[in-house]
Amino acid sequence: MDQDYEIVIGLEVHVELATDSKIFCPCPTAFGAPPNTQVCPVCLGLPGTLPVLNRQVLVLAIRAALALEATPAEHTKFDRKNYFYPDLPKAYQISQFDQPLALRGIIEITTPAGPKRIRITRVHMEEDAGKLLHPGADGRLGTAGSSLVDYNRTGVPLIEIVSEPDLRSADEAYAYLIALKEILQYAGVSDCNMEEGSLRCDANISVRLRGDQVLGTKAELKNMNSFKHIRSAIEYEARRQIRVLQEGGQVVQESRLWDEEKGVSYPMRSKEEAHDYRYFPEPDLPVITISAEMCEAISQSLPELPQARRQRFRQKYTLNEYNAGVLTSSRELADFFESMVDCQAPAQAACNWLTVELLGKLNAEGRRITQSPVGPEHLAELVRMIESGKISGKIGKQVFAEMYQSGRTPEDIVAKQGLSQISDPGVLEKVVDEVLAAHPGPIAEYRNGKTQTMGFLVGRVMQASQGKANPKLVNQILKERLDR
Amino acid sequence: MDLHEHSALEIREGIARGKFTAQEVCERVFARIRDWDPKFRIFLASDEEGAHSAATEVDRKLAAGEPVGLLAGIPLALKDNLCTSGFPTTCASRILEGWRPPYNATVVERVKAAGAVLVGKVNMDEFAMGSSCENSAFFPTRNPWNPECVVGGSSGGSAAAVAADLVPLALGSDTGGSIRQPAAFCGVTGLKPTYGRVSRFGLVAFASSLDQIGPLARSVEDAALLLSVIAGHDQQDATSTDLPVPDYLLRLREGVKGLKIGLPREFISAGIQPEIKAALETAQKVFADAGADLIEVALPHSEYCLAAYYLAATAEASSNLARYDGVQYGLRVSGDNLLEMYGATRAAGFGSEVKRRIMLGTYALSAGYYEAYYKKALQVRTLIQRDFEQAMTKCDLILTPTSPTTAFRLGEKMEDPLTMYLSDVFTISANLAGLPGISIPCGYSLEGLPIGLQLIGRAYDEETMLRTAYAYQSRTDWHKQRPAMEETK
Repeated sequence: MDQDYEIVIGLEVHVELATDSKIFCPCPTAFGAPPNTQVCPVCLGLPGTLPVLNRQVLVLAIRAALALEATPAEHTKFDRKNYFYPDLPKAYQISQFDQPLALRGIIEITTPAGPKRIRITRVHMEEDAGKLLHPGADGRLGTAGSSLVDYNRTGVPLIEIVSEPDLRSADEAYAYLIALKEILQYAGVSDCNMEEGSLRCDANISVRLRGDQVLGTKAELKNMNSFKHIRSAIEYEARRQIRVLQEGGQVVQESRLWDEEKGVSYPMRSKEEAHDYRYFPEPDLPVITISAEMCEAISQSLPELPQARRQRFRQKYTLNEYNAGVLTSSRELADFFESMVDCQAPAQAACNWLTVELLGKLNAEGRRITQSPVGPEHLAELVRMIESGKISGKIGKQVFAEMYQSGRTPEDIVAKQGLSQISDPGVLEKVVDEVLAAHPGPIAEYRNGKTQTMGFLVGRVMQASQGKANPKLVNQILKERLDR
Repeated sequence: MDLHEHSALEIREGIARGKFTAQEVCERVFARIRDWDPKFRIFLASDEEGAHSAATEVDRKLAAGEPVGLLAGIPLALKDNLCTSGFPTTCASRILEGWRPPYNATVVERVKAAGAVLVGKVNMDEFAMGSSCENSAFFPTRNPWNPECVVGGSSGGSAAAVAADLVPLALGSDTGGSIRQPAAFCGVTGLKPTYGRVSRFGLVAFASSLDQIGPLARSVEDAALLLSVIAGHDQQDATSTDLPVPDYLLRLREGVKGLKIGLPREFISAGIQPEIKAALETAQKVFADAGADLIEVALPHSEYCLAAYYLAATAEASSNLARYDGVQYGLRVSGDNLLEMYGATRAAGFGSEVKRRIMLGTYALSAGYYEAYYKKALQVRTLIQRDFEQAMTKCDLILTPTSPTTAFRLGEKMEDPLTMYLSDVFTISANLAGLPGISIPCGYSLEGLPIGLQLIGRAYDEETMLRTAYAYQSRTDWHKQRPAMEETK
């Protein structure tokens, strides 16, 4: 049975750093420019050119390492990873081998069994390769009639984050990726935009019988760029390996690719993976010394990270775990929430209006919180108007829809459309009396013990007041009259 | 004195004083190239038009009373591994034939800005791999002292251009002796600066941790002049050092009194040609007469230099030369698929010595061999660096022959690469240790071929090294002798 097996996963995640320029030359890194318009002799690897490290890359990489609780090295160096491929203009990638930027980090993930700490082996810096266009019919370069290379990506700065084999399911891998993405976004290290290839992942997967101490033979799933794909790919690959073992076979150590459409993984051709990268120290770049002062300064400038913020939201605002999780899933959303609280909106109500109404609307339109037409001050104002009884919740929704559409303030909408809640007992009593006079039948039913009719009568009163009547008062007055 | 026999400093002086114009100097250079280049085959591409307009500009500036640079009007030849914007840069290789870089090497920018008249690109061993210039994919260069002999290498064209009085100054590059050994073979002065002293940006890499650009000239003075212009930090080369650059001409005449010159006992080996041994002994007396103390020093790991060098240098070369794959520029030989294209392009584009070194370097870096070869070579390199640090606590400079032999016959060593490699046995250690070295003429063999001596200095102390070499040249006239080219015409 599948339950007899344990799945062991380690992830290697490549993340693009949010710099304006490339890692070893001043070319811009903006996404989506026409092919080969963001290149220079250095990133094209022309003979005689030399790399010079972009200082901002080092700063962001250290920031990432510290946010992942990893320890930056005192001395770190670059190495050359040698292999031939047309998207690699120097025929080597400048990467880091045996003295990476940082070692031993931690990411805490949430699992059904509670929080779990996943160890990070290392964080290192490297340059990205270019992109091949118009490959052959079977999608492989080797058989293409002709191919084109876009070098815009060449030299875009990346960090690679390697985890220990601590993950035990596709869901844990998914949770790890979400947590990693949140941390890096919070730290301002990367936008982690999957569509633009800012985050890519290789997964090392093996299975073993529960209780076994030795790891099984692993297969590596290469170059996946969607969290959902990664989850299904890992699930598939684990099932495949279990089946191989159950059928008495052996897992082959190999690199595999995931075909999302067919929902299967398949081995890369051995020639594509038979690399001896012949790493050696990059002689064009001096060893980098990272001072304790530099780490301290970067550490000081880190914002509160998702885990800590989640904890604080639960305690300070007495939010439940789910809501605290949603609100802190991005730094911008958490900031939005706290701005609302700063504008005197009660926390729980602010959370509800933000996560249910505003996010509901934004998600439906595929927009991000940063693109919201409603700002935190206005949403807070709306919440305050409802809480103080100035408008009813129902009217609130109407006002919100108007705010979202026009960008006007809730005060303005309420005033111009006369939507203020009616809380004057004299006025309400008059409306209630009119409704009662028009509905003798329900009154009799109520008095005969059918108390549900109360709801019907409240509805009528609300209708008669165009929804503006304070429902609490309406209930009170009606009850007085009926129980008389 | 004939115009072409003037030193660089004399040319600058003569132009500045109106004794002759930069254009006249330039015309003389091209007249001599027309006369002599067909025989010695020094130039891969000359640039008469570019040189003419640079010379005209110098003359115009002087006439207008505008300031001119340190090299105003001085003709200069460039080794063909220095990138020249819009002008072919081949590294004497088929694989880069026809390639025109879209940028200048930093040194090219600097000499241009100083007013030098760039005459053209000169021959070399392909990708600077060789000690005779015979590994040029196009043709070997012949020695002005004897056309049956090689010029040395890899900067053989640069040395020959100066020796044949075609230009007073040339730039070369030195990875294991590639400036100093051809300087010795051609009877000129050649200097390899401290690693990091001169920007490598735009020098097509052979072995990045060893390569360094330097001047070749007829005298120490002229070499000092050119070094003053090219030295200094460059933002485009992270390995170039941010140290102040002295005016190397300023303290040349301060003499060597009290300086200690070390003679490494390990270098007095049996493999040295007797005439060279004798010339070195005579040279020691010259230094002693000038007031220097000569002492014996030890460089105990010297015997491992050659092995360490041919692993470290080829390993880097295998990676540096991997980019010549036919994809983006240079030669492409089509194939049925990508791998075939790679194979066919590199098979046709590289010569046999380059292929040999790529294979050697690839092997040294391969899984299972890295520890035994590449890593061991780096460890030996550290030991050699320590040897020099130790020795330099006892002396200011180290004196050795530049090469164990004088220029050999064309073809003599082509079939035996290992013998050829021995040609660099005295020069390689300075590259491994990153130290500056200079070769100056110190005599002639019975056959009339030049002999060179080498001085190795402390890191970034080119000044003391130049001062010592200058003291030698002010007491000898070996460097003033000229080949009797007419007799062999």
